[in-house]
Amino acid sequence: MTVNGTEHRATVPVRLLLSDFIRDGLGLTGTHVGCEHGVCGCCTILLDGEPVRSCLLLAVQASGHELTTVEGLAENGTLNPLQRAFREEHALQCGFCTSGILTTLTAFLRRNPRPTRDEIREALSGNLCRCTGYVNIVNAVQRAVEAQE
Amino acid sequence: MSSRWFGERVARNEDERFLTGRGRYVDDIQLPGVLHAAVLRSPIANGRIAAVDTEAAKALPGVHLVWTARDLGDVLRPSPMVVPNAALTAPRTQYPLATETVSYAGQPVAFVVADDRYVAEDACDLIEVDYETLPAVVDLEAAVEPGSPLVHEDVPLNVAALLAQATGDVDGAFATAAHVFEEKLFIERGAGQPMECRAVAAAYDLVDRVLTVYDTTQAPLSIRNGLAVLFGLHENEVRVVAPDVGGGFGTKIMMFYSEEVLVPLAALRLKRPVKWTEDRREHLIASNHERGQVHWSAVAVDADGVILGVKDRFLHDTGAFTPYGIIVPIITSTQLPGPYRIRNYSSEATVVYTNKVPVTPYRGAGRPHACFVMERLVDRIASELDLDRAEVRRRNFIQPDEFPWDVGLTFQDGRPTRYDSGNYPEGLAKALEAIGYGEFPGEKARAHEQGRYLGLGVACYVEGTGIGPYEGAHVRIDGTAQRVVVATCVGTQGQGHETSFAQIVADQLGVRPDQVEITTGDSRSMNWGSGTYASRSAVVTGNAINAAAEAVSEKAKSIASDLFEAGPEDIELGDGRIGVRGSPEHSVSLWDIAVMANPIRYAYGDQAKEAMSMLRPKDGPALELDVEPGLEARKYFAPDRATWASGVHAAVLEIDVETGIPTIKRYVAVHDCGRVINPTVVEGQVHGGVAQGIGGAFYERMEYAADGQPLSTTFMDYLIPTSMEVPDIETVHVETPSTLNPLGIKGAGEAGVIPVPALMAAAVEDALSPFGVRVTSMPLSPSDIRELIRSNNGGVKGRGAEAQRNTE
Amino acid sequence: MKPAPFQYAEPTTVEEALQILHERGDEAKVLAGGQSLIPLLNMRLAMPELLVDINRVEGLDAWKDSEELSLGALVRQREIEENQDLATRYPLLAEAIRYVGHPQIRNRGTVLGSLAHADPAAELPLVFTALEGRFELQSLGSSRTVSAEDFFLHIMTTALEPDELLVRARIPRREASTGSCFSEVARRHGDFAVVAVAVTVRVEEGVCRAAAIALGGVGPTPLRAAEAEEWLRDQDADARAFDQAGKTAARECAPASDIHGSAEYRREAASALVSRALRVAAGRALE
Repeated sequence: MTVNGTEHRATVPVRLLLSDFIRDGLGLTGTHVGCEHGVCGCCTILLDGEPVRSCLLLAVQASGHELTTVEGLAENGTLNPLQRAFREEHALQCGFCTSGILTTLTAFLRRNPRPTRDEIREALSGNLCRCTGYVNIVNAVQRAVEAQE
Repeated sequence: MSSRWFGERVARNEDERFLTGRGRYVDDIQLPGVLHAAVLRSPIANGRIAAVDTEAAKALPGVHLVWTARDLGDVLRPSPMVVPNAALTAPRTQYPLATETVSYAGQPVAFVVADDRYVAEDACDLIEVDYETLPAVVDLEAAVEPGSPLVHEDVPLNVAALLAQATGDVDGAFATAAHVFEEKLFIERGAGQPMECRAVAAAYDLVDRVLTVYDTTQAPLSIRNGLAVLFGLHENEVRVVAPDVGGGFGTKIMMFYSEEVLVPLAALRLKRPVKWTEDRREHLIASNHERGQVHWSAVAVDADGVILGVKDRFLHDTGAFTPYGIIVPIITSTQLPGPYRIRNYSSEATVVYTNKVPVTPYRGAGRPHACFVMERLVDRIASELDLDRAEVRRRNFIQPDEFPWDVGLTFQDGRPTRYDSGNYPEGLAKALEAIGYGEFPGEKARAHEQGRYLGLGVACYVEGTGIGPYEGAHVRIDGTAQRVVVATCVGTQGQGHETSFAQIVADQLGVRPDQVEITTGDSRSMNWGSGTYASRSAVVTGNAINAAAEAVSEKAKSIASDLFEAGPEDIELGDGRIGVRGSPEHSVSLWDIAVMANPIRYAYGDQAKEAMSMLRPKDGPALELDVEPGLEARKYFAPDRATWASGVHAAVLEIDVETGIPTIKRYVAVHDCGRVINPTVVEGQVHGGVAQGIGGAFYERMEYAADGQPLSTTFMDYLIPTSMEVPDIETVHVETPSTLNPLGIKGAGEAGVIPVPALMAAAVEDALSPFGVRVTSMPLSPSDIRELIRSNNGGVKGRGAEAQRNTE
Repeated sequence: MKPAPFQYAEPTTVEEALQILHERGDEAKVLAGGQSLIPLLNMRLAMPELLVDINRVEGLDAWKDSEELSLGALVRQREIEENQDLATRYPLLAEAIRYVGHPQIRNRGTVLGSLAHADPAAELPLVFTALEGRFELQSLGSSRTVSAEDFFLHIMTTALEPDELLVRARIPRREASTGSCFSEVARRHGDFAVVAVAVTVRVEEGVCRAAAIALGGVGPTPLRAAEAEEWLRDQDADARAFDQAGKTAARECAPASDIHGSAEYRREAASALVSRALRVAAGRALE
């Protein structure tokens, strides 16, 4: 599989979850594990560009696919506009849900580059955050959208 | 000292690593050769362990140890009582692994360490435990009835503590009142549920002879001190680090959770690093809960709705053990009077054992319950006397010129409950304006014509914050690295300590916040302190940091005044430089002063050489008596007592009366936490608290079957609000500085959640007023809301019990 | 929460998959989208000896829209959601699919996987029940077609034998003068329904000629409210009729209580949802 543009090859137990492979096998600990039953969204990565729960995939199922994790989102080592907007709008506190939200939103904004506030809320609804109350996350997306225009 | 940074919306220092996936949570930390642990937990809520067979588990390839209680040696003792209290007459704490009995489903029974977590869980499946199941008790009222199953055989009626507080003459007040209204109120069990579950990783370094424990704890020093005693090690042989922690909310403060003992013990015994990462199912059933209470309350008023006295009697569900003493019910009992002038008050609390996971503080820590009771009583007064709800509050507020206000009770820190400052009428006025209170009756009527049901709720609270005992801070200017390095040992779980603390230092030293590095949560970097809880970090640690930075600033000025032959009062710091005011040629960089402050014989680097060359040769010893080298200071702050924050929340919601589904249309949070270091950080705290409050109002309830089986075992059962359930939140700021610390700050960490159950109860009741509904219980699911409507149908306005009036 | 050990097979043809199920079907589970199965594996609520991953089986991702919609086992929920053309011809399915979890779930989850999983509170089984979908079950050397009514037997239990694979499911196109509506009450956005309804109604000259009223979350399988459907035939398409249909449908339910809703609540919600859904569907019948 390819992860953030780099090819990887490994032999793993069949029951190894993709989330564990990414974190322990590849050492990419930016993808976090919050529930292991597909609800919280902390483990969300992009599989061929689309957001999926890495805790609900076996590592072997990712073979032949392209994965993007949060570590692959920044541009040339600097924060991309969405990440910058998150910082400016205080859209993160403990940071644990942030990775999954960034990957989710990256795919969302590609499909819907000028979302309404309601559409942003709906796009976020598959990612739980316990710290921010979501308000600033919605503000950050709006700021990022405005910055692009 | 400038005040350039205090009060500014500075973007956070800590964000970059979180945004790029380079946070360092406990499970992220790579320890070479690490082994993985899993815990076998009791499947029953009450019973005896008849037999345990671990042979098959031990034989599984990849398994390194399997422990039950008998394998723990000296370490097998009940965990310490964290906050003893004379009223806690029957305290009980847990053993790291259950010995003969289990008292809640989820209680740790066996501990496995294996090559990886998968194998460790396989091994757990192979452990055979024979239990003799006993009847369990989960209902709070049933637990104190004679004949109830006992959680602990030697604790009659499951009563752990009886706590009574009173002030004034409450019986006299009730006897002469024009009206007395009673309410029985319920708040049901819930839990903090941070997005990161708990985790503990430990490694014993044979070379340095240090046991390092990475732990998601909110109080690293307490864990360090406790483990040192438990393992018979010196304090400097144990290092506890709380690295990045993904949310705490009170759930992550304990001494000890079993794994905090078992994991380091395993690392010591196996001489290999060991890691345990909790999964969500474990967290839901076995990490601490909170919120369960039942209240029988009564308020006595005169004919104008002025409160003469309040009586409250309640049961507090402490679960199967009392690891955190009775802090939560103490807070409920002390905070109940709220922002009102209540001279006659009595509170009686019975702390009750049930066969459920133990209860320790969760954001709010007893205050949401107190606010729920008081605000329901106030709304009841308004409804019974046909007065405006805001007017009743206004008539009863402590007025701005009445501070300090002695409530007459004793707070959780053992100190008198005395409100130092506040402006409750202003808070209410701002909330009412922001929510559109005046226009709302019209709005509600118009909606009703369309067959829609809108309701408005208001709730006021006070919050005791910033309690002692103390916190400490170490501030040091590193002249070579050109950074200010600050250490304090509270833990950080997302509150922005690395930024707001840096702002305080930046003001004292005339540097930028991004030039200040804050280390929290490492017992090695700061030896003294307590922890992050009770909305105290900004107040207590903030003031300690301020004092330490100020001391450093004074010392820098004294060196500069020697250097420039000016009085220290003429020296100023700013933009990273220090020198004579108004004389830029007589200034030098702050980093150079730091280098100069260390009178050693050599200087590394050109910068340092140049700085040292500015010093004039000295007559006498290199360091004068009582002068320390370098620019650093360690200072502590111990507050006299809590400082009292306050606020008012208001919300408009709509209820679909056929499906019972509530939708919040507007939400306003007015909060007063004194002077604010970073308004953006504070607002973020309020937003997060409100979201948890909404969860506790409509979505989150820890359910148990009658036999003690937990029913909320996944995130499909215990419902955390998503972005669709939390509305936009308008925050409004009121500022009455604290009189109890130099910075004038009050705590803000818990504020957002405190009034929400009360607020939503009021809003639901208002929306359903055509049905005569009264809300006396939280949370409410749509099913519960429908039941309220169904049972009150007919439009008859229900009247609760009204005690006999004294007609004299 | 890690899965218990299992063996893993990754067939690349339907024959291969069926051969495996023929030999070891009673100790195997089929893995398609995994959004329902993998949580069960992680929680060790399901511990199959063998996992048969069909994600690489050729041809199963095909779907066809001619006189009816025919979906293969690997058609992802997201594909249906995103296809605007399908929405006009299969509006009930298009409307319901947006309630299934969240985009991250729908990117992997398959339509047929949700059907085979047969959660009583799931949206897609309800749609297929309302539309009298047909299910093609294949085993080694044979194939049979089963109606929705005969497919959903009980909670998480279908007519699938251990050696069978659900390879295809079909629903009819929207008929003339027929409107549909899917609606549910859930605790939060994206959650399984507490109560869900899927209705279609054919309205001609202001009179209901035919209706399908399917309810989810009110019993161990999706329920067709046959009495209410029968009653509605030849009634005027007005609010009074829809309310009455709702009340009748509610009486036909025998829901259980759980932590998300009491039995009585589910009946009440069912009544309200059916009434509202019929109103909306009747309006759409004219479009």
